[in-house]
Amino acid sequence: MSYLIRGARPYGGDPADILIKDGRIAAIGESLSATGVEVVDAAGLIALPGLVDLHTHLREPGREDAETVETGSRAAALGGFTAVHAMANTDPVADTAGVVEQVWRLGQEAGLVDVVPVGAVTVGLRGERLAELGAMADSAARVRVFSDDGSCVSDPALMRRALEYVKALDGVVAQHAEEPRLTVGAQMHEGDRSARLGLTGWPAAAEEAIIARDVLLAGHVGARLHVCHVSTAGSVEILRWAKGRGVRVTAEVTPHHLLLTDACAESYDPVFKVNPPLRTDEDVHALRAGLADGTIDAVATDHAPHAVEDKESEWAQARPGMLGLEQALSVVVEAMVETGLLDWQGVADRMSARPAVIGRLSGLGDLSQGRPLAPGEPANLLLLDATTRATVDPATLASRSRNSPYAGRELPGRVVATFLRGTPTVLDGKATR
Amino acid sequence: MKRHLLESADLDRDDATLVLDTAAQIDQALAGREVKKLPTLRGRTVVNLFYEDSTRTRISFELAAKRLSADVINFSAKGSSVSKGESLKDTALTLEAMGSDAIVVRHGASGAPHRLAHWVRGSVVNAGDGTHEHPTQALLDAYTIRQRLGRLEGVRVAIVGDVLHSRVARSNVWLLNTLGAEVTMIAPPTLLPVGVGSWPVEVSYDLDSVLPKADVVMMLRVQAERMNASFFPSAREYSRRYGLDGRRMALLDDDAIVMHPGPMNRGMEIAAEVADSVRSTIVEQVGNGVSVRMAVLYLLLGGNEPA
Repeated sequence: MSYLIRGARPYGGDPADILIKDGRIAAIGESLSATGVEVVDAAGLIALPGLVDLHTHLREPGREDAETVETGSRAAALGGFTAVHAMANTDPVADTAGVVEQVWRLGQEAGLVDVVPVGAVTVGLRGERLAELGAMADSAARVRVFSDDGSCVSDPALMRRALEYVKALDGVVAQHAEEPRLTVGAQMHEGDRSARLGLTGWPAAAEEAIIARDVLLAGHVGARLHVCHVSTAGSVEILRWAKGRGVRVTAEVTPHHLLLTDACAESYDPVFKVNPPLRTDEDVHALRAGLADGTIDAVATDHAPHAVEDKESEWAQARPGMLGLEQALSVVVEAMVETGLLDWQGVADRMSARPAVIGRLSGLGDLSQGRPLAPGEPANLLLLDATTRATVDPATLASRSRNSPYAGRELPGRVVATFLRGTPTVLDGKATR
Repeated sequence: MKRHLLESADLDRDDATLVLDTAAQIDQALAGREVKKLPTLRGRTVVNLFYEDSTRTRISFELAAKRLSADVINFSAKGSSVSKGESLKDTALTLEAMGSDAIVVRHGASGAPHRLAHWVRGSVVNAGDGTHEHPTQALLDAYTIRQRLGRLEGVRVAIVGDVLHSRVARSNVWLLNTLGAEVTMIAPPTLLPVGVGSWPVEVSYDLDSVLPKADVVMMLRVQAERMNASFFPSAREYSRRYGLDGRRMALLDDDAIVMHPGPMNRGMEIAAEVADSVRSTIVEQVGNGVSVRMAVLYLLLGGNEPA
């Protein structure tokens, strides 16, 4: 099927028609005409490249009651994503070629986004010895991003070896930066509010100390390092310093760390419990500034579905994590676009182009992700109505879980359509399958 | 009064004073009576839902409810459905379905009473949640100070010990501040929370320099296990630097009083000669606890006028 998208505004610019044929963008221009095509009226809608998420928890295999590859893929498509990286902390852990190929195949079967498995750095995420990184890289899943996310690779010697080893695979280690000895029992950001609420604090220094150590190691061995969910102003400073010295480090920030603060914990509602925790206003502003100036390369959702019983409890008993895929773009519009910190080109860069480069997805020919909206490129794109605002109702989400921190909050923007290699996965705001 | 008593930070000056005045009236009403019982809460049901062992607090609440003629059910997490994995929410809904009017909850997780209040229609009283608050302890402490010193406004209170892990300290900070007292926290820096600078208190690491200026010294329980996590090097060193012994007691003003929420570690944070001295209010605090908890239950369940 071929499509003619009429009147969309690529990157928020002047209206143009986009002709999609054989999975590729055939032409972009004024008043295109074509026969035998389905016409999509996109007057007033903004066209952006399909989003790429470096950090998604799809929970399958192991916790299919919280999310499956299929339900998570649907949530992703509805959020405008055309590719998501599936984190390795499943059960069993994605630390072998067998598990990453299973996840990859489930993604293919769902067919809503490219599901790109992340491989564990260490066996069982235990931080003791390296998993077979090469086998995962050479598998059908073609793993390039390795992460023990949820746990930090805290042993400095093991981290050094991991950084070195993945150089041969053109891979990257995505570090969950959390010094475990400084966060024993930690429940929320350590500061004025944790002191008052009597919840054990998660100090900013526990993140910053690991990032500082890792950028030094990455610089020393000349390897690529990616830092997951950066959450503090101090981390942004360290990254800026490291990039200035030429260290090959990239970093991501989550939508929730761009919008929410530790004030949310005052309700003791565990829907706001997340790791790393929500920080202060000052941190939010530093993260926004870091994303705007490119110190932080990408927005990544850390979409973390949890079953009701894992969240409807005392704060300390609840699992950390929150949904993100379906609201990510809206949050970025609110935090970055409406504040004037990023234009639409900037949004495309931080949510599509750069994460695709980090995940080594941009040079795969027909299967490339994160490519610009231009003739000849794979037709991965989304259409956004940036003029509407809507109140988030978790009951209407495609995710199997309901732990959205945005419940009841009004957010701007609505993804009207998403195309994956020329095939609509979302039309009229609804998933096509 | 609001529907729940979740934290002393919630109480404004009028609410707090109403509780203290009501407790005083209850004391007067019962003084000299042979039958120490009021009919006020006849037909109402109070559940003591205790997820942590705390015999003294549970008994105090139980006595308070019984002296108001309420029916009392003690629900201990041990040996109940809770130990079989029932969630806090399901337990709460079950108790409510059985007709409880108030749930008095002690829980190891900070904020558990707040969650409970979100799920039930009846009143929730926080009897201590994690390292967050223990508001009835602060109310009985304030009641005891007022009884001994005749006032709270301008009273200088020194709170000494493991502030970091103390719900008693947190509740006292907010309530004493609301009632016009001046609070100084004294502890090794490791046992003060990061963020204590935002509290309406003075902070000192030196007990000897604070004692001569204190009207009230409130000693907090310090668990010897804390030294295993390097909060301090040894029990002896803690005791030497932050314990209240006879020598330090001599630094106090003649009228100054010594308080402790119990249970005490004699020889650790407080010496026996101090605990048993005339300055000590430790036994009075226990008795006042019943009166103050009667006042709280009465005001939450019975009415808003003084008894």
